[in-house]
Amino acid sequence: MKSKIVKLLTVLMVASMFLAACGGGAAVEEPMEEPAAAEEPMEEPATEEPAAEEPAAEEPMMEEVTVTIGFTSSLTGSQEVSSKRQVNGFNLWMDQTNEAGGVTLSDGTVVKFAAQTYDDESNAERVQELYTRLITEDNADFLISPYSSGLTSAASIVAEQNGKVMITTGAADDDAYKTGNTSLFQLYTPGSLYMASTVDMLADLDPDAKVALVYEAAKFSTGVAEGIKPYLAANGFEVVLEESYASDTADFGPIVNKIAGSGATVLLGGGHYNDGTALARAIYDRNIGLNFAYLLVAPADSKFPELGDAALGIAVSSQWELAATHTEAEASNLGMDWFGPTGEDFAASYEAAYGDPPTYHVAGGYTAGLILQKAIVDADSVDPEAVKAALNAMNVMTFFGGTKFDTSEEAHGLQLAHAMVVAQWQKNDAGELERVIVAPADVATADPLYPIPAQ
Amino acid sequence: MQQFNLLLTSLPDGILLGFVYGVAAMGLTLIWGVMNVINLSHGPIIALGMFGTFFLFIQMGINPYLGLILIAAFGLLLGVLIYFVAVNRVIDAPHLSSLLATFSVNMIIIGLGTAAFTTSPYNVDFNMGSFKLGSTTILGTRLIAALISILVTGALYLFLYRTRPGKFIRAVTNNRAAAELMGVPSTRILALSFGLGTMLAAVSGALIATFFPFNILSGGGYELKSFVIGVLGGLGNPIGALLGGLILGVLEGIIPAFLNTSWVPVIEFGLFVVILLVRPNGLFGAKK
Repeated sequence: MKSKIVKLLTVLMVASMFLAACGGGAAVEEPMEEPAAAEEPMEEPATEEPAAEEPAAEEPMMEEVTVTIGFTSSLTGSQEVSSKRQVNGFNLWMDQTNEAGGVTLSDGTVVKFAAQTYDDESNAERVQELYTRLITEDNADFLISPYSSGLTSAASIVAEQNGKVMITTGAADDDAYKTGNTSLFQLYTPGSLYMASTVDMLADLDPDAKVALVYEAAKFSTGVAEGIKPYLAANGFEVVLEESYASDTADFGPIVNKIAGSGATVLLGGGHYNDGTALARAIYDRNIGLNFAYLLVAPADSKFPELGDAALGIAVSSQWELAATHTEAEASNLGMDWFGPTGEDFAASYEAAYGDPPTYHVAGGYTAGLILQKAIVDADSVDPEAVKAALNAMNVMTFFGGTKFDTSEEAHGLQLAHAMVVAQWQKNDAGELERVIVAPADVATADPLYPIPAQ
Repeated sequence: MQQFNLLLTSLPDGILLGFVYGVAAMGLTLIWGVMNVINLSHGPIIALGMFGTFFLFIQMGINPYLGLILIAAFGLLLGVLIYFVAVNRVIDAPHLSSLLATFSVNMIIIGLGTAAFTTSPYNVDFNMGSFKLGSTTILGTRLIAALISILVTGALYLFLYRTRPGKFIRAVTNNRAAAELMGVPSTRILALSFGLGTMLAAVSGALIATFFPFNILSGGGYELKSFVIGVLGGLGNPIGALLGGLILGVLEGIIPAFLNTSWVPVIEFGLFVVILLVRPNGLFGAKK
């Protein structure tokens, strides 16, 4: 009898472990154009001499190399929604680039790209294990960050320790770039500047507004909140409430009651998608009479309108919006190089591939690949040191915006040239929710909705 | 003064939520009290109740409160199935065996749920309006959830103390061997008890889905609260569980008035430890 019980329990445990592994945390190997070529990149550098003995080298060697780009994605866990969008954007870039024949260097080498990725389960410890694996076992040539500042911070330590170039996207926190690194390159506008355009807009709309700063107790959102406090003070705003909440908070009732009790008329805060949607709903349910509510990240997602009327009037800083996409003319005016597709072409191809309009998370993922491609073109090489030098020297505009990296020792890799817009959910003439750009004024497509309509 | 006002504003919210916590905890403590099994699949079953509301309301247009009947029936049948598949054979084995068995069920449900629904948050866009009570806003969904929780508690009490199957459950809880000698089919009664426990978990999840977003992992937090409430209210005591839920709900309403909300779990679980030390049978004692 005992042995039967032991056998049953053993079977149950093995089955549950198998099913749990199938449900999440499984390694995801992206389809590779040249699976057998993974061994080639490190052994056949593109700067190999042509070795042509005849003087007229009219037909350079058409050698093909595959550059492996390693990254983790949060297929499960708290960062799932935004991370999947980022990865979709990156995959679109990779597919398009490979289908277009890759990148051809001056010596005729054709560079194609392959991805090696794993599910980090939105867990920082898993990120560290997996990036170590990507570097030491999978021999990734370059790295892209996971989504979110917390996970990127974990990955950046591993990347820097191993001297691997990592382009960070989906990660705005400033701190990772103030550690004396040389290998990190940030695409997003830094977190300390996230709310600046919003505060400028509020200064015009309601300089006497009383502000509640309520944010997720996570690296990114805490960095954004700390970064904006001096700017709020400089603009004469009074912060009547400052409160952080745990990332897994589900009941925002007490916090919303605190906001109401503080006399705040404006809410600035939030964190990521899950808590942002819960907070938006709690504000709406309690109808506390806020004039304006700005939340990080969540309102930029196309799933946000699932909240219904709770989404109306909620504003967000966006790293990119199609209605304010950057152009070659803008690049020319600013004396910057232009690279890559137009925003319209990018959006159309994404929607054709995935059936959804792209969010800024998608655009960031795509641009991470695009910037790496540009760096390889500028370096005329896939040698990591040459690519790193090209990234350091980069001053380019893409549809996503300007890209120029701080090269100082104190803040290497911090993004200098990228600007954000403020978007807000409003109702169009048909009564449907749509996200419009309300600031800065030169790119706005609608006036801000202020105050938010009461229920 | 501001803190006092905040207290008055948050207290009704906490009380209403506490009733729902109580129903969730009843499910865990009933199983624990009757058969000395800690059901570690309690959390995912709460989450399944949440998804039940989502699919019935969003996909099929069935009112969440009417859908409770279907979700309750599903929870009951699921519990009976889990009992016979995973628990029955280990019920007389050391505690670790039943813990492992229910933990395995927990992992299976979470794994299947993640594969089917991912871990993206789901939201039931269901609104029953709100009204002001002084400076407090009372949400319709929370008020109705609290009223249903009280009805469920009453129904469970009547079932346990006024019906024959309920009497059998209490008999088996007291002394299984003696109950069998009196002709009580103890295995079937234990299965029914387990099913009632999971039914209560599913119903509480269905109610929670009407006011919070959720995903397949959301039940874990409520499972932990259920442990605290079980200790507060005493095992197998539905009224005790309801009162324990109220205490927890009140704490969650009071604490943010004076401290950062991050202190809520610290104080809740601190209370858990203190009660275990001072009154291990719970504030309201174990019911037999």
